[in-house]
Amino acid sequence: MYVAVKGGERAIENAHRLLAHERRGARDTPELTTEQISEQLALAVDRVMTEGSLYDRELAALAIKQARGDLIEAIFLLRAFRATLPRFGATLPLDTGAMQVRRRISATFKDLPGGQVLGPTFDYTHRLLEGAAGDPEPPATGDPAPVAMPRVTDLLQAEGLIEPAPADDPQAPVGDLTREPLAFPAERDVRLQNLARGDEGFLLALGYSTQRGYGRNHPFAGEIRLGEVEVEVFAEEAGFALPLGRLTVTECQMITQFKGSASAPPCFTRGYGLSFGHSERKAMSMALVDRALRARELDDEVKAPAQDEEFVLSHSDNVQATGFVEHLKLPHYVDFQAELGLVRRMRATAEVETAREGDTAAQEAAE
Amino acid sequence: MNAPAYNFAYLDEQTKRMIRRAILKAIAIPGYQVPFASREMPMPYGWGTGGVQVTAAILGPHDVLKVIDQGSDDTTNAVSIRKFFAKTAGVRTTTSTEEATVIQTRHRIPERPLKAGQVIVFQVPIPEPLRFLEPRETETRRLHALADYGLMQVKLYEDIARHGHIATTFAYPVRVDDRYVMDPSPTPKFDNPKMDNCPALQLFGAGREKRIYAIPPHTRVVSLDFEDHPFEPYRHDGTCALCGATDGYLDEVITDDRGGRMFVCSDTDYCETRRSAGSVVKAGATSEGGCA
Amino acid sequence: MTAALAPGFCDPVLSAQSVFRSVMDALARPATLCDLPQMLSPPPPLTPASAAVALTLFDQDTPVFLDDPFAPTDVAYWLRFHAGAPIVTEPQQAAFAILADPANMPPFDAFPLGTPEYPDRSATLILQVASLEHGYELAFCGPGIEDRRILHATPLPADFPQRLAHNRALFPRGVDLLLVTDARVAALPRSTKLIDEV
Repeated sequence: MYVAVKGGERAIENAHRLLAHERRGARDTPELTTEQISEQLALAVDRVMTEGSLYDRELAALAIKQARGDLIEAIFLLRAFRATLPRFGATLPLDTGAMQVRRRISATFKDLPGGQVLGPTFDYTHRLLEGAAGDPEPPATGDPAPVAMPRVTDLLQAEGLIEPAPADDPQAPVGDLTREPLAFPAERDVRLQNLARGDEGFLLALGYSTQRGYGRNHPFAGEIRLGEVEVEVFAEEAGFALPLGRLTVTECQMITQFKGSASAPPCFTRGYGLSFGHSERKAMSMALVDRALRARELDDEVKAPAQDEEFVLSHSDNVQATGFVEHLKLPHYVDFQAELGLVRRMRATAEVETAREGDTAAQEAAE
Repeated sequence: MNAPAYNFAYLDEQTKRMIRRAILKAIAIPGYQVPFASREMPMPYGWGTGGVQVTAAILGPHDVLKVIDQGSDDTTNAVSIRKFFAKTAGVRTTTSTEEATVIQTRHRIPERPLKAGQVIVFQVPIPEPLRFLEPRETETRRLHALADYGLMQVKLYEDIARHGHIATTFAYPVRVDDRYVMDPSPTPKFDNPKMDNCPALQLFGAGREKRIYAIPPHTRVVSLDFEDHPFEPYRHDGTCALCGATDGYLDEVITDDRGGRMFVCSDTDYCETRRSAGSVVKAGATSEGGCA
Repeated sequence: MTAALAPGFCDPVLSAQSVFRSVMDALARPATLCDLPQMLSPPPPLTPASAAVALTLFDQDTPVFLDDPFAPTDVAYWLRFHAGAPIVTEPQQAAFAILADPANMPPFDAFPLGTPEYPDRSATLILQVASLEHGYELAFCGPGIEDRRILHATPLPADFPQRLAHNRALFPRGVDLLLVTDARVAALPRSTKLIDEV
């Protein structure tokens, strides 16, 4: 005799207990600390902070641990926590020109003020697996004297060769996707926020597609810089900006050629990318897609996926995407039963018709 | 780090106000999808975050909450959402349709007719009924503004031309108060007639898509059809093997690998209520059923 | 400003919830009288009921328009303090309006009516009426109303029926009305149709 399934609540509790058990792994292996994750899996922490829209290394490390290293799950944990935080205000725009630079490269000039600084990079490493080799050598020390490092785009702008950076208007309201629903067409502030929160893999693929002719815009990596910047908030009562602390960010400015128009002489255009921590792939992909999404504004013909604002912005968020893809795990049997009934009815109708046609054909042949 | 303290029904008051304002506009414009700043909830998008936000915004300490998924109170996601509100709002929960003041649902409308004063909250994955015909939001918004539903009519008509009848079995589009074409959420079309002139307030929440919409009580809700191909609700032509019901929506349950199957009520409260009132199919009896 | 500002909700979370349910119920069943809990003593001419609605729905995201009788009073200050709502002088900028003199209220189209694409971007008008038992007798049908329903209200502009008919003709654009007395609310959302013969 069939009995309807019961005990969902206990099943869920037991599943979560089992998850906690598996997360811990073999008990004779020491448990990971969030410090270890933050220090030694720093780039995972950076990605989780960037796409989680919350700059907190400790929480991001905790999320990664709780998510068993599943970074999208960790991003989700951080986002859900962030949604409950009160909002006190907005900071002043970061001045990345005043960054304490640890790495800075430009593909557009052989040398430039402040020089090329390789910094900590996988670039030029030979991807050979290495066994444990104990503590690495301490890093070489260079000239500690701070050097001014003007941004490449600022140098070009001084010559009028690149479109000016958008004017800094402290009074202008800044859109916030987490407080207002996305509406189309979306302005660049909201698009950039969407891309900053967007999935690295999705933006990487889209950015790559623009290089392969799907919205070709021939980019140059004007500059990629990594380092620490001050965060300041303007205090109304005090009448001046107060420092809140420092963030590590990666900034990428892509430079793209623009043919010019009847009213504007030819000049270069910009694509912008920024991420928390050290996330060059993300910042570069973001810059490529930002430029592609400026098609409307710059009169490019919109024909490639990366230029399609509704397509890109509606599908970039991995927390949304994973939720909807994975929701297919939920029971859908009510709808499936409805479809099942329909397919059976349609097949029954088709069989009757085939049989009737067969009869007719046999009759005709006999005549 | 200490465990953070959460507000009544989880959402902060600012968020509740924003959702409440959206709900009021949704009620004032029946069937129109009001954009709202859906928050990141502590459960995944696609798993009922829209319904959960709507429920959290309306729920009070005197409410009695019922949560169903596929018509059942005991499916895992229904259990999980019910537990969430029991924990964050301390509300009384129930499996009884009759007793509930707020019913959150995924994919079904209870068999027992809803009554005045009740609120049913639907979880909606894709709120835009035109989305699969026109993926662009800017375009579908324009079509709704013009009440231009030709696309939908053409789609349904093509179904008839190809299959002899309309091949939509769930999320079957409806027209609300003769104006907006609306997605009823992925309920089977068997449930569509229950939406028409319903005494309860029907609210729809789509979290990932950031839309809220509503049908006030006693509102005309018509399933789209054609004069020569009128709308027909569908259910398996069978009898519930547990309670003997012949009028409710049925789940087909496969009982062995030799083609054995039976039908049971999808609405578990309906089935249990009938059985406790004495309608029991004798053990061993199975429903043959079959399909119309 | 008065020395002591009248307080807001003593339990903001649960008070707002119960007021909201009354307002939601009122909009879902147009022209029905719904009780509003009396829990506030706002500065006049703001009534306890419209004050409760205000603290339930207003915040920094909802510009509020107040009509002339509020001008010499502490009401704007009270609303800014308790709800953080910006007070605007142009009806066209308002998400909500509280009208203490509904008989002389601005025309509906002085307020945002929404757009065909976004009809929700429209104002909700809170009319402080003296009575929902006497005055105009109006009959309504439409969503939320089984058959038909009669509403009385006073004072209202002389051309109120024409305004309602015009508002309905704009549907899905239009304003939504909340008529409040000291302890009750009745709603006339834009979807409600006025029946001519009463």
